[in-house]
Amino acid sequence: MNNFTPIASLIGGIMIGLSASAMLLLEGKIAGISGIFAGVLNPAKGELLWKSSFVAGLLGGGVMLRIFLPGAFNFEIVRPYGLLAVAGLLVGFGTRLGSGCTSGHGVCGISRLSPRSIVATATFVTSGAIVVYFGNHLL
Amino acid sequence: MKSALVSFLSGLTFALGLGISGMTRPVKVIGFLDFFGAWDASLAFVMLGAIAVYFVAYRLSLTMRSPVLAPGFSIPKRTDLDSRLFVGAALFGAGWGLGGFCPGPAITSLASGASPVAVFVAAMAAGIYLHGWLAKRGVSRSSAARTLLQTATDA
Repeated sequence: MNNFTPIASLIGGIMIGLSASAMLLLEGKIAGISGIFAGVLNPAKGELLWKSSFVAGLLGGGVMLRIFLPGAFNFEIVRPYGLLAVAGLLVGFGTRLGSGCTSGHGVCGISRLSPRSIVATATFVTSGAIVVYFGNHLL
Repeated sequence: MKSALVSFLSGLTFALGLGISGMTRPVKVIGFLDFFGAWDASLAFVMLGAIAVYFVAYRLSLTMRSPVLAPGFSIPKRTDLDSRLFVGAALFGAGWGLGGFCPGPAITSLASGASPVAVFVAAMAAGIYLHGWLAKRGVSRSSAARTLLQTATDA
């Protein structure tokens, strides 16, 4: 565990929880990023404003990180472009087919004790671990 | 307008949380998924913090007739476990392990200006459009394809 950062990760996690809670209690919406991003790409009536505002907030937060915490973008592991393109395709397609990602299923869904989200999270952590195992230890 | 501001500030807080927790760094994500290597448990602490807060917020929402600024809650109600959920989550996980990015950190990291992130996000958008296109084609082709690829509501 050479990179372990429990305190910073817990604080960041609480901020993510507060953000998702604000969306729920104030707006009644689930803060699922894959669904929000897809909703900006394929806008549905009445959904575009809040979804594009949320994405703009993510980008604004990214700009603040770039200024105040540049280490957040110290990527270290950067795959070749071809591999990143395959990874992006899988993430985009898979999150649509499976109705969510780490935020919608992993945070919001598990907290609601949704069986679909618990199963989805167990599935994507397992398949991610298999890919990393083959990538890191066998190739 | 108030609703747009709430969404913007929530997105901003979400991104700062991702950055502070280390989740914008693929090395942390891949380190968590590397259970049989130099395992980095940080991601579990992010989930723990986020779920602890949201668990309480969700319980609170159950006691409210409506959210503060909107007429009603839009919360997914499905409980069935279908093949799309398994296949979709498995494909997403494979891409997550391969690139070290999931959608939130990827979009946030666009602000870094790093071209690998831009490639990943562009491919992610292509994957979303591909799913939409196949789902639409499935509707005109056969009901089996429609069942497999029908766009579901989030989570």
